[in-house]
Amino acid sequence: MGLFILRRVGIMILTALCLTFIVFFLTNLYPNLEKLAKSEGNFRMSDAEVSSWLEKGGYLQPLPVKYGEWLGVLPSHRYEAPDGKVTGRCIEPGMSAEEAPNFCGILQGKWGRSTVFKDGVGDILSVRGWQTAKLMFWVMVVMVPSALIIGVLAGMREGSVTDRTLSTVSITTTATPEYVSGVIFIAVFASSAVGLKWFKGTATSAMEDITFANFTLPVLTIALYGMGYIARMTRASMAEVMTAQYIRTARLKGVSFRNIVIKHAMRNALIAPFTVIMLQFPWLLNGVVIVETLFNYKGFGWTLVQAAGNNDIELLLGVSVVSVVVVLVTQLISDIGYVYLNPRISIS
Amino acid sequence: MEPLSWAEIITRILTQLTPVWIALVVTFVVSIKFKRKLGLYGKLFDSTIGMIGFAIVMFWVFTGVFAAMDLLITHDPIRQVSGMKNKLPGTPLRGAEAGDYPYYLLGGDNLARDIFSRVVKGSWIVIQIAPLATLFAFMVGITLGLPAGYYGGKLDTTLSFLANLILAFPVILLFYLLVTPEIVLTGLPQYMAAVLFLFPLIFFGVLINARYRTQPGKNYTWLALVLIPLVVLYGSAINAEGTKIAFWPVDLFDIPPGILVVFVSVVFVNSPTVFRIVRGLTMDIKTRDYVAAAQTRGERPWYIMLWEILPNARGPLIVDFCLRIGYTTILLGTLGFFGLGLPPESPDWGTTINDGRKLLSIYPHPALPPALALLSLVLGLNLLADGLREESLRD
Repeated sequence: MGLFILRRVGIMILTALCLTFIVFFLTNLYPNLEKLAKSEGNFRMSDAEVSSWLEKGGYLQPLPVKYGEWLGVLPSHRYEAPDGKVTGRCIEPGMSAEEAPNFCGILQGKWGRSTVFKDGVGDILSVRGWQTAKLMFWVMVVMVPSALIIGVLAGMREGSVTDRTLSTVSITTTATPEYVSGVIFIAVFASSAVGLKWFKGTATSAMEDITFANFTLPVLTIALYGMGYIARMTRASMAEVMTAQYIRTARLKGVSFRNIVIKHAMRNALIAPFTVIMLQFPWLLNGVVIVETLFNYKGFGWTLVQAAGNNDIELLLGVSVVSVVVVLVTQLISDIGYVYLNPRISIS
Repeated sequence: MEPLSWAEIITRILTQLTPVWIALVVTFVVSIKFKRKLGLYGKLFDSTIGMIGFAIVMFWVFTGVFAAMDLLITHDPIRQVSGMKNKLPGTPLRGAEAGDYPYYLLGGDNLARDIFSRVVKGSWIVIQIAPLATLFAFMVGITLGLPAGYYGGKLDTTLSFLANLILAFPVILLFYLLVTPEIVLTGLPQYMAAVLFLFPLIFFGVLINARYRTQPGKNYTWLALVLIPLVVLYGSAINAEGTKIAFWPVDLFDIPPGILVVFVSVVFVNSPTVFRIVRGLTMDIKTRDYVAAAQTRGERPWYIMLWEILPNARGPLIVDFCLRIGYTTILLGTLGFFGLGLPPESPDWGTTINDGRKLLSIYPHPALPPALALLSLVLGLNLLADGLREESLRD
């Protein structure tokens, strides 16, 4: 088991390095840097001024060097002006060149500064990430139990009316992306045109104070899309387990149907959905971006849109690191959990 | 003129869509009549769910095709008419002249354009891009997935690692990185297109060569017949005047850069999943007896992969193809929703939803029709896939 986890972690780190390198490459293409120079310096810069600005900031070094500096494994770039003043990424205002550390990448916890929010990337990510964590928590609370219940109810008697109805419901929810369900929810429950006005159409106030009225729609919108998929997986797994020999034995023994489902079938049927729930995280991340934009909830997904839309390179890199790590860690948990839960799989 | 009541609006929309109804009825009558001779497609008409799904999908296909011929739309989808901003469904057209359709059937959006025409016209964009992009993703996934599953070993490890790499990327982040004007300027989408569009050529080349390798005459005829048009199309597709790739002498058509980048990123995101499915199916099927028989006969690996394994994997692949078109439709909508790639006045559903969402709590009517259209198309594709799965399992 130890070796298995070790190998998985190794692959995970390699994947994370590759992915961040790709993001680094795409954000550091010359047109992006030129735009950065013009927005940070002066919009009327000539080409020569742009390249000298970039030279000064160390942006014109070879890509692997820049990546190494950003990561914190290579000493950071320093620029010595003709008058002898040394500037560089590591040298914070009010600090002399000698005091400043040589390495300052994300490994040292230096995430850089956001050009849009004029704040440290680390601070922004922790504040915004916390908002999204709250959203995700409630999504999980709503989504997982309801998906499992729907799946188990549909799968325990395959082909019955309950099964048909619930399966249709779950197909419908998987066919409804967040930007469709969100729009429908707002139109029906929050608009003045229909007039129900049960909930609020924005979740901006939920950042301070979560209430039933301002948080229901965003949570429901994300939960609904993922729910159908998990429910279908649970149903398939449940239906398969219900045809197993040991269930028939239990039936012949005279165990009640209720007990068969709860005590015998469910424990085996819930192994597969566990993996699926963990693997849903990349999709939930998508949902978060859409829903936070739609409901104007200033969390992690909203930050991603702002960073990408405004060419905020450091912030976008920070956002990518966090999302890539979240995705990979959940994949790891899902792999390990699957082996741990399923006695039939041995890793050796 | 008085605004229309809801009953009148519905009647008028149904009348406006008459060509679609006729085409649907004809398709169904013909298909049901000959369903025993039509293989898996015919069997679809034995399952209620499959028929419902097929009807919804074909409804949008016909709507898209007829909209492309300018048959169904009542107004120009990008023309703005003063005084029609955010007007409710059924509002009479202000200053209508002879020949103009006198109403905005589903109201006007925040730029005073007719929503009904936009939704109908938007279906053409979806019907064009989604199936084609899915087809390309399948070409890539099949061409790489077959050898990965068949040979295993280092090739499999490398390709699977690359596939997992792309899958671990949050899709929206990837879109934001790929579909920006700056990236389009560097020509990166064109280079990606040059690689991704190569796969159909490889696929068909190997497919034909594997089959007719022993009959050179037939082999070259078929290769020439299939590959020459494809190469011309390939060259025209990736070349565009005034961009990084512009070497092709016979540039038949230019894909608008917005469409190309959207297309490429959608193919790029979809192909790793197809790769994984094909790889899994191949690993399963290669243990069968008929594969062993072919190996004993001395068939080449690519013949076995393309002519023994692939036809036997078609059931799950067809089902996944339907589901994946639906997923691609959702991705296209997502791109439109964030205003990425497609031009801002484009009538596709995602962009129309994005336009409508800003005033959603006051005027919900501009965003709802495209949302429901997208929902129904994806639902139809899912139901169709379900019907196909049931019928192909019954074999």
